[in-house]
Amino acid sequence: MTVEERPVNAGNDEPKDRFPVGMRVLAVDDDPTCLRLLDTLLRRCQYHVTTTSQAITALKMLRENKNRFDLVISDVHMPDMDGFKLLELVGLEMDLPVIMLSANSDTKVVMKGIAHGAVDYLLKPVRIEELKNIWQHVLRRRKFDSKDQNNSNHPEKPQGSGESGQGNLAGGNADKNAKQNRKRKDQDEDEDEDCEDNGLENEDPDTATQKKPRVVWSVELHRKFVAAVNQLGIDKAVPKRILDLMNVERLTRENVASHLQKYRLYLKRISCVASQQANMVAALGGKDPSYLQMASLDGFGDFHALNGSGQLPNAALTSLPPAGMLGRLNTPAGLGIRGLAPSGMIQLGRAQNSSNPINDLGKLRPVVLSGNRNGNLLQGMPTSLELDQLQQSKCISRIGEFSGRNEQTVFPVAGGFSETAVTIGSSNNSFLTVANNPLMLQGHPQLTQSRGLRNPSSVNIAPRNPEPFDIGGGVSSHVSDQNRCNDNWQSAVPLTGFPSNSIPLGTPFNHADLGHSNLTDTISQMGSHIGNNPLDICSTSIVPAPLQDSRSDMQCQANILIGNNVQHDSSKFSNFGGLGNNLDQSLNGPKQRWEDHRQDYSTNSNLLFSSINSSLPTHGVVSQLTQRLGQNTVVSNQNVDTSLLSQSNSGAYLLQHNMDTPIRLKEEYSLEQTQAQNGFISNSCGSLEDLMAAMIKQEQQEAKLMDGGDIGYEVYPLRTFPNGIYSALLSFLAMYPVLFPTIEHWHENPFKPSEIR
Amino acid sequence: MNCLLSLLFHQGVLDEQFLQLQQLQDETSPNFVSEVVNIYFHESEKHLKKLRGLLSDREFPDYKKVGIHLNQFMGSSSSIGAKRVRNVCLAFRAASEQNNRAGCLRALEFLEHEYCYLKNRLHELFQIEQHRVMAAGVWYPMQD
Repeated sequence: MTVEERPVNAGNDEPKDRFPVGMRVLAVDDDPTCLRLLDTLLRRCQYHVTTTSQAITALKMLRENKNRFDLVISDVHMPDMDGFKLLELVGLEMDLPVIMLSANSDTKVVMKGIAHGAVDYLLKPVRIEELKNIWQHVLRRRKFDSKDQNNSNHPEKPQGSGESGQGNLAGGNADKNAKQNRKRKDQDEDEDEDCEDNGLENEDPDTATQKKPRVVWSVELHRKFVAAVNQLGIDKAVPKRILDLMNVERLTRENVASHLQKYRLYLKRISCVASQQANMVAALGGKDPSYLQMASLDGFGDFHALNGSGQLPNAALTSLPPAGMLGRLNTPAGLGIRGLAPSGMIQLGRAQNSSNPINDLGKLRPVVLSGNRNGNLLQGMPTSLELDQLQQSKCISRIGEFSGRNEQTVFPVAGGFSETAVTIGSSNNSFLTVANNPLMLQGHPQLTQSRGLRNPSSVNIAPRNPEPFDIGGGVSSHVSDQNRCNDNWQSAVPLTGFPSNSIPLGTPFNHADLGHSNLTDTISQMGSHIGNNPLDICSTSIVPAPLQDSRSDMQCQANILIGNNVQHDSSKFSNFGGLGNNLDQSLNGPKQRWEDHRQDYSTNSNLLFSSINSSLPTHGVVSQLTQRLGQNTVVSNQNVDTSLLSQSNSGAYLLQHNMDTPIRLKEEYSLEQTQAQNGFISNSCGSLEDLMAAMIKQEQQEAKLMDGGDIGYEVYPLRTFPNGIYSALLSFLAMYPVLFPTIEHWHENPFKPSEIR
Repeated sequence: MNCLLSLLFHQGVLDEQFLQLQQLQDETSPNFVSEVVNIYFHESEKHLKKLRGLLSDREFPDYKKVGIHLNQFMGSSSSIGAKRVRNVCLAFRAASEQNNRAGCLRALEFLEHEYCYLKNRLHELFQIEQHRVMAAGVWYPMQD
């Protein structure tokens, strides 16, 4: 639909040979950072870029001038409109290639994107190499369209008002395009009688400029098609005979052939779901033809009433704009169907090469419905439909329309399912997301250990996916199904997906939650605390930070602790000891050692932490710490609080580590924390810069030695802090209470690592 | 500045995506990196505030919204090349998928810390760069 007359042309006035230079791209992303980056990257690729952060704006721009863009790149998660929905609309209305973009690399979401018709799915961060190739999608689509044009020149193809027949695969595109055109028109004009009579009309003014006439598979046309297929029997249906049965002018065998191909694929995909629906079908039985009421249905419950008869009066149908429904149904249909049975999705994905699967579903949906099945279908529809009521009513009308067909038991269910899927789609989006979330664990780079576990989790989750989708005929409320499934999934995650990881991650968190409110505040204020307690920082810098694994964390924290104590007299240090006593008994030993070795923290801290590491009963300690922290939040001795907090933090680190789930970032974090603190120290103790420089230099060097891994920590040698410097520092700090700068001033650190050269 | 940059790379604070950002900076967009990074800071702080607010709900934090904000934060962080921030986001996401409030809070703290660290370091980086540019500018007249 873009520039059909100039098949290989890049843009409006771009010379042919300059393509892909100047290709006009529309980029949609609500994240300004990514949008800006995308903009620059695309410009670097010599494309012509338009950006917007609103999907609605993008749609408006696209609708204003359908020839304005060659390609659309859209984020998946956007606040004003779901990326998949935008994808479908663009595909339907403008037939532009759409590339999805997301930070979420979950396979299911990617599959969903492809199933919805995205020509590609890029992951953030976007790399320029990938963007350099996106023009291929435009070219590919144009080639197919050109092929359609060629096919349209066949003699037997009647020329309607600019219609054309289609090729096979190319026909798929054309079908889709035609359908899109028709849909768009239908959306514009509520009911297009012409469409019903003359489904071959190419009503799109813009596409009218296209040379290729297209067959538009209107609802009526499709109805006839399905009727013919049913009459012949799906196995025996051949295009020629279908064509004869349909007895529609200006329809070619090729049109029918391609349509039949798609229909078959759709049925195949539905059939796997149909078997699940069989039960529902039986259960539903005949219900009253209250489908008509569907017109005003906005929820699921009403569907139940419709379950019975499935004999929707055509009157109801005619009251609804048929085309519009299809058009709109396609949007959620794709969503829902994609989200439904993963197998279905896969099938659909496979089936849909260049054509928009949604179109198929939309097309096939009404046909499939049969009398009694309709009830199932309707019941299956989730209440949380994003479709407007009109759409729903249209769906129902569709269902009713074909209620008379009982030949194919499977299809109706499937059809209903698809309907359901349509509606489910939108509601399932989040569903899928929820389902996918557990699977996202696989993406965690840090949770390497749990990889094995994650796989089972994903496997476990996968089967779950069909469950909610089985709803298709669900007698029970679909919504409840969803909820249940959601709960299942969420609960399933810890059960299946997240075995080792969840426990280690969760448990420390749980423990930390004991006094967490206080902890949170205190921790978040730690920066300021640190600021207020320069000594803490100084002491931190004093003690060599890099201790192995969690030990380093503890050490940092212990440094703070020690620093606090050091700041005060030894008498105060005993306070710390007292505090230490408050903590878990297991810590008392180390604390006593802290008291003993205040002068030489470096060596002792290692010992301390080693013992702490070994002696800490993981959760118990942390919980104790957190409890204490909670109690001590109000303690006047902020230093202690801070230290305790840090200790609990490190305790959490310990837990993490002890849980055999070394999270690299934490290790690095501890290291960085130390370094950051070093920076703080230098900030506050400006006059101590020389001292700090010496200390920090060593640490920096050690940091550089570290390769950020678990092993790296092991390599760090213990540094013995020069006592002379330390005592000097102490005396200085005792005389010089410096208000530590707030976090915002961290960057003003006069002592820059860059200076260490 | 290269030393700081290599330090940040070594620490895993930044990854090669940041290099891509730098490569995009040229005469036509001379301040591209700092512009993008500033946009990132601005947005990230909003996200962090939002996350903090969402998780402060003691009973039932809206994990869905948490996920949305987190997803966006993660996307922008990875686009900047903020590797560590992104990694914490991953852990955070895992916790939120489990509706583990404590875990989320914990991860949020880590996130805030990592983010602060990154911000400070990047500010440093830009300052150094600025000084360098200014210093280079001073020489121009002499070189004439």
